[in-house]
Amino acid sequence: RNTHALHPSCASVDLQGDSSLQVEISDAVSERDKVKFTVQTKSCLPDFAQTEFSVVRQHEEFIWLHDAYVENEEYAGLIIPPAPPRPDFEASREKLQKLGEGDSSVTREEFAKMKQELEAEYLAIFKKTVAMHEVFLQRLAAHPTLRRDHNFFVFLEYGQDLSVRGKNRKELLGGFLRNIVKSADEALITGMSGLKEVDDFFEHERTFLLEYHTRIRDACLRADRVMRAHKCLADDYIPISAALSSLGTQEVNQLRTSFLKLAELFERLRKLEGRVASDEDLKLSDMLRYYMRDSQAAKDLLYRRLRALADYENANKALDKARTRNREVRPAESHQQLCCQRFERLSDSAKQELMDFKSRRVSSFRKNLIELAELELKHAKVSLLSLLPPFPQLKGPPGTLSAKAV
Amino acid sequence: MAAEREPPPLGDGKPTDFEDLEDGEDLFTSTVSTLESSPSSPEPASLPAEDISANSNGPKPTEVVLDDDREDLFAEATEEVSLDSPEREPILSSEPSPAVTPVTPTTLIAPRIESKSMSAPVIFDRSREEIEEAANGDIFDIEIGVSDPEKVGDGMNAYMAYRVTTKTSLSMFSKSEFSVKRRFSDFLGLHSKLASKYLHVGYIVPPAPEKSIVGMTKVKVGKEDSSSTEFVEKRRAALERYLQRTVKHPTLLQDPDLRQFLESSELPRAVNTQALSGAGILRMVNKAADAVNKMTIKMNESDAWFEEKQQQFENLDQQLRKLHVSVEALVCHRKELSANTAAFAKSAAMLGNSEDHTALSRALSQLAEVEEKIDQLHQEQAFADFYMFSELLSDYIRLIAAVKGVFDHRMKCWQKWEDAQITLLKKREAEAKMMVANKPDKLQQAKNEIREWEAKVQQGERDFEQISKTIRKEVGRFEKERVKDFKTVIIKYLESLVQTQQQLIKYWEAFLPEAKAIA
Repeated sequence: RNTHALHPSCASVDLQGDSSLQVEISDAVSERDKVKFTVQTKSCLPDFAQTEFSVVRQHEEFIWLHDAYVENEEYAGLIIPPAPPRPDFEASREKLQKLGEGDSSVTREEFAKMKQELEAEYLAIFKKTVAMHEVFLQRLAAHPTLRRDHNFFVFLEYGQDLSVRGKNRKELLGGFLRNIVKSADEALITGMSGLKEVDDFFEHERTFLLEYHTRIRDACLRADRVMRAHKCLADDYIPISAALSSLGTQEVNQLRTSFLKLAELFERLRKLEGRVASDEDLKLSDMLRYYMRDSQAAKDLLYRRLRALADYENANKALDKARTRNREVRPAESHQQLCCQRFERLSDSAKQELMDFKSRRVSSFRKNLIELAELELKHAKVSLLSLLPPFPQLKGPPGTLSAKAV
Repeated sequence: MAAEREPPPLGDGKPTDFEDLEDGEDLFTSTVSTLESSPSSPEPASLPAEDISANSNGPKPTEVVLDDDREDLFAEATEEVSLDSPEREPILSSEPSPAVTPVTPTTLIAPRIESKSMSAPVIFDRSREEIEEAANGDIFDIEIGVSDPEKVGDGMNAYMAYRVTTKTSLSMFSKSEFSVKRRFSDFLGLHSKLASKYLHVGYIVPPAPEKSIVGMTKVKVGKEDSSSTEFVEKRRAALERYLQRTVKHPTLLQDPDLRQFLESSELPRAVNTQALSGAGILRMVNKAADAVNKMTIKMNESDAWFEEKQQQFENLDQQLRKLHVSVEALVCHRKELSANTAAFAKSAAMLGNSEDHTALSRALSQLAEVEEKIDQLHQEQAFADFYMFSELLSDYIRLIAAVKGVFDHRMKCWQKWEDAQITLLKKREAEAKMMVANKPDKLQQAKNEIREWEAKVQQGERDFEQISKTIRKEVGRFEKERVKDFKTVIIKYLESLVQTQQQLIKYWEAFLPEAKAIA
């Protein structure tokens, strides 16, 4: 139903890709239960038939792509960009429906405002889901190794749909099994498996990431609550403004103007409060949410490395055993060699990836915190300006109120 | 017949309401700025006697100029004096009217009596303007503070004692500053006495704060948590506003019961104020009976003013209630926002601790501090939302109920007069019958009864006209007060909003360089 022309907006993530492969979601359509994203690619790379082309993709196809990366051994040493969350308009739709069912005590103006608010909310959710899907692709496009993946090319170029929806049911089951394996990984990473970490860098990263991920998840949840409370507050101004209007129109004395002006003021404050809420959402909540997922992806990388280490250790033990028994030493040796190489390869690339993660994180936080502060300042100043003109007596700091005014 | 002044003229379409003075521009520079220097001392004794008809179409000598832009409380005070004349029914206390020096309304700016930092704002500051319009010498000022709630006793018999401090330069009081200890039921007792004396003759007696069995029980049981401190503070502020409103009423201020309440160190316990006492239940029954009676009185309203006013108050009541509900929601959500902000601040601090990039870590800690301060701001704003905005609305909702009450009393008064007229008619019929039947002794009795009922009819008419006059004046005074109250509170509330935004700017401006310092 809703289609929007969009521009690349990756507020949460700082990307430094080159321009040889540019991916963006140029359009998106929201239908009853699904969203269709138009993925547009501009590239001079020889891997593609054309320099500019578009395909239409749905959420499941993004997930397919993400899982393909995760399962690929070649990328075991990399942080796989977190998959975009499923588009979820349920809550928003429910609210719009409830509004439609109607509360007869609400005036027409109030109803119109509430509807406007809910539609804006719906639109915001929509924009966010587009941004999340877009940033996923853009990170892939920016990564020197990941961008060269064959599945990625297929995703970007193949005109037909990728028929992955049926598969996803199996995927879901596979995902369930994978989570069981994950808890074994948790044991690895929390050091309960007895595995000895030899590298200080990774030891530090392990403890750091474990704690960081938990805390950022907490911060994200709480930031969400703040944002929702702000929105609630903004919505409260609607009936207040309406009641003040009614009061004003009924009065025949000086309070008439007071009430009407106050009603107008609250309407303005409502909009500002709403903007504060949505800015906090974008600059704070969304950023925290993104890095919560990204830090999980980093943790996944550490798991993979530790599993490789475990394999390596086991291979060592097997080799020793084979040598003692003097049986099948060759295969044991080559196996041990492979494990060692794999482990070292993973460790090297993981180190680079984790350092990139840190610099990405720092620059993203910096950008968003600055923008957050600037926006909060802007809204506070505008609020102040709104408060002063209708009631000219409010000049300067409180307490200097002119007695003549009251 | 008491010498009385005519109420403001009716028929010429100039109501006692206060129309918009100026254009919308200068919102609040209205009422007081156009006051001229106050009138000289009154001459109560020389008021001409007048023929007061219910419609006031009769001769109207020297009218009280209750003009739009004149706050002539002075004139009202004079009238009050004359109304205290001995001819009135003994509804007032039996003490002789006090020799009150007629006064001009002026007050000093009330210094804020703040017992602690988070006590409810004093909303009855008078402006300096009113001093400027002071009469040549007479000053009307009285200021009441309710403070220092103190728990007395233990368990279910415990109660809160409040200190009531009066500061005044009125000569009717023996001292200029004094204080007493009162408990909640004392306030209720005061209101009960004032209501029984003044309500049924048309005075709008400010209602006392509401009882709360739940709130009080928590306090008695000794829960020292924030909700019971909040409850006590809410009640303290409400009691203060109640007394302030009561003493502002020129007639009530003269009342000896009020003076005793403010002055005497010992006060007899008001036992009939308990909700579930016999007297309490009787009150409830009477209220129900009243409601039924009101529905059956079909009054022949000869005065459109009253009908109009009643409708206005009905509308006002509905709108205020609606607004009040919305404001309560605002208070609730702002408190939630505050709690959520505090929680976020903590998690931001934790995140900052985890962060291993030094500059980012510091910025996150600063963010946590900013959010903590903002939480504080939200709390203060919620406080302002409540004590200024929400409580004002609930006070007025109850005041309007009192206003509706006096209108009802007028109806009952009319009914009484009506009934007397009907009875007189019957007595006359009886007399006629006696004349025909030629029973001399019964005839005499009939004639006596006629005389009796003629007097009652006359009294009924006088009472009705009196209450009508009083109500008009009271409504005028009430509306003026209402306008003042609301304007004051609106300004104060806006100041609180301004303050919040200014603080926000300060905090974020301090944070911005920290964010930029992340390298």
